[in-house]
Amino acid sequence: MQCYLIFISFPCHLTMLTKVCEKFFKMCTFVHQILIPRYNMSNIKRLRKGLNIKLKGKADYILEQADMAKSYAIKPTDFPGLTPKLKVKEGHTVKAGTSLFFDKYKPEVQFCSPVSGKVVAIRRGERRRILEVIVEADGANTYEEFTKADPASLSADQIKESLLSAGLWPCFIQRPYGVIANPSEQPDNIFISGFDTNPLAPDYDFILSGQTKTLQTGIDALAKLTKGKVYLGLPAEGASKSFQGLKNVEVNTFAGPHPAGNVGIQIHHTKPINKGDLVWTITPQEILYIGRLFETGRFDLSKIVALTGSEVQQPKYYKTIGGANIETIVKNKTKQEGKERIISGNVLTGTKIEEDNFLGFYSSQVTVIPEGDEYEFMGWALLGFDKFSASKTFFGSLFPKKEYTLNANLHGGKRAFVLTEQYEKLLPMDILPVFLLKAILANDIDKMEQLGIYEVIEEDLALCEYACTSKIEVQDILRQGINTMIKELS
Amino acid sequence: MKAIRNIFEKTKPYVQKGAKYHWLHSVHDGFFTLFFVQKDTSKSGTHIKDYLDLKRTMAVVVFALVPALLMGIYNTGYQHYKAIGELATTGFFDICLFGLIKVVPFIIVSYVVGLGIEFVFAQYRGHEIQEGFLVSGFLIPLIMPVNTPLWMVAVATAFAVVFAKEVFGGTGMNIWNPALVARAFLFFAYPSHMSGDSVWISLKDTDKVVDGFTGATPMALAAAGTPDYSVMDAFIGLIPGSIGETSALAILIGAIILIVTGIGSWKIMVSTVAGGLFMGFLLQTFAVNEFMAIPAWHHLVLGGFAFGAIFMATDPVSAAQTSKGKYIYGFLVGVLAILIRVVNPAYPEGMMLAILLMNTFAPLIDYYVVEGNIKKRLKRATANA
Repeated sequence: MQCYLIFISFPCHLTMLTKVCEKFFKMCTFVHQILIPRYNMSNIKRLRKGLNIKLKGKADYILEQADMAKSYAIKPTDFPGLTPKLKVKEGHTVKAGTSLFFDKYKPEVQFCSPVSGKVVAIRRGERRRILEVIVEADGANTYEEFTKADPASLSADQIKESLLSAGLWPCFIQRPYGVIANPSEQPDNIFISGFDTNPLAPDYDFILSGQTKTLQTGIDALAKLTKGKVYLGLPAEGASKSFQGLKNVEVNTFAGPHPAGNVGIQIHHTKPINKGDLVWTITPQEILYIGRLFETGRFDLSKIVALTGSEVQQPKYYKTIGGANIETIVKNKTKQEGKERIISGNVLTGTKIEEDNFLGFYSSQVTVIPEGDEYEFMGWALLGFDKFSASKTFFGSLFPKKEYTLNANLHGGKRAFVLTEQYEKLLPMDILPVFLLKAILANDIDKMEQLGIYEVIEEDLALCEYACTSKIEVQDILRQGINTMIKELS
Repeated sequence: MKAIRNIFEKTKPYVQKGAKYHWLHSVHDGFFTLFFVQKDTSKSGTHIKDYLDLKRTMAVVVFALVPALLMGIYNTGYQHYKAIGELATTGFFDICLFGLIKVVPFIIVSYVVGLGIEFVFAQYRGHEIQEGFLVSGFLIPLIMPVNTPLWMVAVATAFAVVFAKEVFGGTGMNIWNPALVARAFLFFAYPSHMSGDSVWISLKDTDKVVDGFTGATPMALAAAGTPDYSVMDAFIGLIPGSIGETSALAILIGAIILIVTGIGSWKIMVSTVAGGLFMGFLLQTFAVNEFMAIPAWHHLVLGGFAFGAIFMATDPVSAAQTSKGKYIYGFLVGVLAILIRVVNPAYPEGMMLAILLMNTFAPLIDYYVVEGNIKKRLKRATANA
């Protein structure tokens, strides 16, 4: 009998409960609004998914002029999907801005020498694939002269022509696919991320300081190239002052952990890419290249690079030139306590290089971490106070502010997919990453398209690869899928 | 440590391909990786990798199961001495010792048989030993009645590893939870050893039982229409039942470990409990007999419900894999478990069958969740076009 009574009175209880809940929520919102006035500036897109990996060795805000390197190189391997065709031979003399090679399938896309000097070597790998075209600097710094003009007064075609001939076209990456943009197409929009949330990433506020004018020139040029708008993604806190007052851009603000600074994530939360859409992306340092081209008429790859990582004696910023031999930055500046791994770029998406190799075209960071090629006794069973993990299975997670020295060890064997929802927690997109990867592994083109392969490139899923318990090579699989799409749909 | 490593490194050439003992290479590899995290470093993709690997993952689950095992050991002794009326005169250590003697052989048999088969398959397929069985091998003893003959445990384990796991391709590929398949195998092959009044409490033929002793589980009593149990005993785990499933308290500790470390899905746990409560409440409301009338929340501490919800339903491989799917999957596990338990007279406990059934349907649930994602993307595309 009693239970019948409870059942009958249940709706009454429910209404009461809802009322109480409503009041409670109203109170919460009220308090929230008073305490955090920002809350109502609803322009901020708050992303909750993701992870900031706290590594030791963040660069101090010190800028040092790196010595002029003896040699510079442009590496065709920096550009996914590129088939290079050489324009120079060993022994040729070149100026800064002289084309070294071009894209076999889009011959108007040139890749130019960053300095003046002599082509000393063309290094090839397996099946004679070109790895590096190396130029020995002559120290004279002579430049090819390109047209100097205010982009606002030029037509889209003239701007395109300038950028192509000056070798700055590779700065444009297109989505879908994350390859160099096709100059014969016009993008719907152009997206720029104004901050970098990758581990130990350079602070744009520091590296762009005082460059507002050049940035504006570059952005004016970009604005002519698109049908739509130029979007700039800024962080909710600590945005670079150089971006203040920029015209011709629409600003979106993002808050949240990495990968909030990835342009792909920002696109997804601004204008997600559908089938048939085409957008281009570019980074601020590359906009500076473009700005300088129009201001000075020169191909000037000067950039500021952060030397970071736990194995660096004094992490700081260096002014150098894109493609420089990193000897000038790294040599004798690491701790040399054990075997080290030097990465052009960050630990998630960068490329492993040797000490006498060259800075990648897109890199604005060099990271040095321990190689970690050592056995660890019962490593999987230790308490792990010094172990950082996306999960909470190690005691290190009790100290959320601690910074870690992480090495390149795999920390376990490769397995099939076992854990679920591990990737989803790290990808602030409405995408089911594991199902997408499985579609790629099954070579199912329809499914890849349906599950959103157009919206992601490797960097967006890099965090998933980092955290993967089964040590699955997510970025490789994704690139394999993208290559299939390019092949099948072209 | 260096000495151990030297042993492994020195024996390595003998198990290389083409060497005399190549047939032992999986075993060598299995133990080497158990003792030492290997020195392989990242070759492509990210340069740093999370410290969490599958060994750690499985170790966390095993760790979470330890409270249930300890309570199971104690309860095995407790039930024995209670049945023969010597509980008051027996010390804590004797109770534990009795339990240990009974339970440890189960674990040994399960691991030896299961891992043996895993080693053979790994060798045959030429891949590394996979860690999935570390958990399955721990689960199997915990869901057996204490009087199950050891040979049955061996046969069931072998059946489960071969037919529920390896035929699908090993860890990560299976459709059903291997431990539950082992239990289901025995349940249908040897029903008299899996249910009834004589299987739950370890007694020798010579033992004299006290007056009024039945040996039945509280749930069996309730099903028979004479609910007679103390909820507190059921919560702490001092009731007859399978070895590891009786103590809701120990299972709760395990649940906290799984949720805090993030290894077990709280979504499945919560929705399973919600489903169980929902069904229990429904049955209670429309009760026509004593069993249906027991309060909904009592179901959570009786039988295998808690153990299944925390450790079995959450198996990431056989459960639903999408976020939304997990809620649906868990809820239906809970609903079905209580429905089978209360309404179907043939089966005194529904958790095992409910989970196996929902394992079967998990891919279907995921299919519709994925379709939902696809449709949303398609809608967005057509809206923009």
